[in-house]
Amino acid sequence: MVMEIVCPAGTPAALRAAVKAGAHTIYCGFADETNARNFPGLNFDRAEMREGIAFAHGHGSKVLIAINTFPRAGDEAIWHRAVADAASSGADAVILADPGLLAYAARNHPELRRHLSVQAAAANADMINFYAETFGVKRVVLPRVLSVPEIAAINVETEVETEVFVFGGLCVMAEGRCSLSSYATGRSPNMNGVCSPASHVEYYDDNGILDARLGGYTIHRVGKEEAAPYPTLCKGCFSAGDATGHLFEDPVSLNAEQLIPQLQKAGVTALKIEGRQRSRSYVAQVVRNFRAAVDALEAGQPMPEGMLARLSEGQAMTTGAYKKTWR
Amino acid sequence: MTQSSKPIPKVPPLIARALRVMPLAPLSMSLTAYSKRVATHHPSLFRRLGEHDHARFVLDPTDLPFAIELEPNGGVPRIKVVRGQGAGDARIAGPIAALLGLVHGAFDGDALFFSRDLLIEGDTSAALALRNAVDDAELDLSEEITQLTGPLAKPLQRAFAFLERRTGVYLTRPEEAEAW
Amino acid sequence: MELTVGPNQFFWSADRWASSYDTLASAPVDRVVLGELVCSKRLPFYQARIPDAVTILLEAGKKVSLTSLALVTLKRERKQAAELSDMGVEVEINDLTALTYLPEKAPFSVGPLVNVYNEGTLSWLASRGAKRVCLPPELPLDSVRVLAKAGADLGVAIEVWGHGRVPLAISGRCYHARMHGRTKDNCQFACEDDADGLDVRTLEDQPFLTMNGVQTLSDTYACAVHQIDALKEAGVAALRLSPQSKGFVEICQMYRDLLEGVKTPDAIARDIQNMDENTRLSDGFLTGDRGVDWSGHSLAR
Repeated sequence: MVMEIVCPAGTPAALRAAVKAGAHTIYCGFADETNARNFPGLNFDRAEMREGIAFAHGHGSKVLIAINTFPRAGDEAIWHRAVADAASSGADAVILADPGLLAYAARNHPELRRHLSVQAAAANADMINFYAETFGVKRVVLPRVLSVPEIAAINVETEVETEVFVFGGLCVMAEGRCSLSSYATGRSPNMNGVCSPASHVEYYDDNGILDARLGGYTIHRVGKEEAAPYPTLCKGCFSAGDATGHLFEDPVSLNAEQLIPQLQKAGVTALKIEGRQRSRSYVAQVVRNFRAAVDALEAGQPMPEGMLARLSEGQAMTTGAYKKTWR
Repeated sequence: MTQSSKPIPKVPPLIARALRVMPLAPLSMSLTAYSKRVATHHPSLFRRLGEHDHARFVLDPTDLPFAIELEPNGGVPRIKVVRGQGAGDARIAGPIAALLGLVHGAFDGDALFFSRDLLIEGDTSAALALRNAVDDAELDLSEEITQLTGPLAKPLQRAFAFLERRTGVYLTRPEEAEAW
Repeated sequence: MELTVGPNQFFWSADRWASSYDTLASAPVDRVVLGELVCSKRLPFYQARIPDAVTILLEAGKKVSLTSLALVTLKRERKQAAELSDMGVEVEINDLTALTYLPEKAPFSVGPLVNVYNEGTLSWLASRGAKRVCLPPELPLDSVRVLAKAGADLGVAIEVWGHGRVPLAISGRCYHARMHGRTKDNCQFACEDDADGLDVRTLEDQPFLTMNGVQTLSDTYACAVHQIDALKEAGVAALRLSPQSKGFVEICQMYRDLLEGVKTPDAIARDIQNMDENTRLSDGFLTGDRGVDWSGHSLAR
């Protein structure tokens, strides 16, 4: 079977672009704190979601709705409503991370397919099978800490479908288990659906030397000709002991395009592209490229050459944890 | 795994100098009228701006001798063209081709930022909201501009005419953006 | 309100590790969680000393739990997690993986690295046998209040991160090894020289984070002294104190004095900072705009 391309859409226009570019599946979120890309100007209101799903279904594509932040104590109703609205708007599945919310969805919307978000950081087969038995999870988005052989081993031990990230931003930390952002800014991926939020970012351009500050901490300084990274804490430039540099991760983004054949052999069902914060132009280009890659693989042809580095953070790419030496 | 990328075209200094003598007041009025027209066609653009729909944005085409101050003003936008850098809550600066390419969905904002073709200063959150709202609106400025009438339209059409002669500048919304 | 000592997050030699529990036996705390939280490669160095430490603590009248790893991926780590409940001591899960190996309905504790953000998750864990939950350190006081109340209804004791460098992130990658140009598999235990982790500073030399192998912590030491009345009022059952290499027993005593009203919050905060001039405090996750904020007076530079 052709590997499924799962593509991000931050706006209805991006959703349509993704569908037209050949995405099998699109994932998106409601315009509030229930999803992990709660950025200014992004995401779907209820009417847009219904229209987006209708458009995708009309073209034979599926839509998954990410409700993958951790509901706030006392305000769980907001997240419950999001699950209910996903069900009534015809979503093909919801992507959830919080056990309490999974329990709610399994109990109240048993017919709505449940995927386990990368934010749940289910990094081994025991955990994945537990989520399947307990909450009826049908697919897991694997955390970006696993190597290809480890992914293969997981697939041997579980019936749950696996989806892995192949392109885009790369969390260095186990997803859903990181409070770096709220430590520096008060806003976190788990609680607010944002990491290193724009509201706390300041850029200073001094004759081409670009400083990025987050919550008052200088996390990057790039010279005139250097590519600029996202102002993400884990990819900042720091010093410790005698070392100064990108101590946690370089400002690179993931590109596992050339690993697609290995990922297929490892039993992976779906390939996920990061970037709901990106433009419809990005979405269309990346989808076209990856769709061509999986189609070539299916036809027994070699992988097409080259993703566009320009689209990537810091204009540099890595295969991340898929190769064990990354650790 | 890189691919050579086309550089963002810049307006030649000669043309930029010629534009320096252009009267700005009529241009401001034309652009305001024009943006109101866009506003009526794309109400969702303002909804997407959310809490930033009363911010003042400075769009600074760095290869042209003026900057554009844009106030969405809750759906009744105002535009003022000023000499120099302009003043506002958030500033988005880059070659006019980059800014227009962004508006037309030909370029990706983050990618332009990574490559340093685009500079964001001030309220980053507001700038991001504007970029995302514009990306969703699928604007086509040329199409809207040809529908403009009245004496105020003239200076604006003249300004665009200068640019249109430059190759590689996205003055219209491409059906499908080429790989770049 | 009780005091719980969390598992040591850093890599100490077996002797130092064991002697810290010898001294803790006489410290005025109610409960001690021990075992390896951060890196499975550290465990073999002191694993054989765990039974003795448990015995000493139990004999001193402390309640004792054993923690799971925070991130379980490898086969040997899964095995370790599965064997935890065989030790005859209550298990504190810090990765839901550990829950999958517990006997159905066996009572257990939940550590701060499991995402318990709301009543739904709390009540699901209670239904699985959770009796005690230490909330994630990033939760604000408002959430603590709601969860403490829900916990009371469910019979789950709620604990809050009270003192110590705050665990902010866990990764598959070892930053200590990376900094020394090594891979995780060949790390040569680069983290063992840093008994309280390695300071990470910004380009402008601002202290910011702490590197601890695969874990990243705050530079500041959380210190919930100014929230103690609010936490008591909310019905929080215990304050968690996280071990540090210097003066930890004294710190336990200070928090005991605070709980008993012998000393004021300001006095304790001052005393803690006087112990080491490089100690910076924070309580922003509970009541500030951001985690790093501190509501008291700062003595450190």
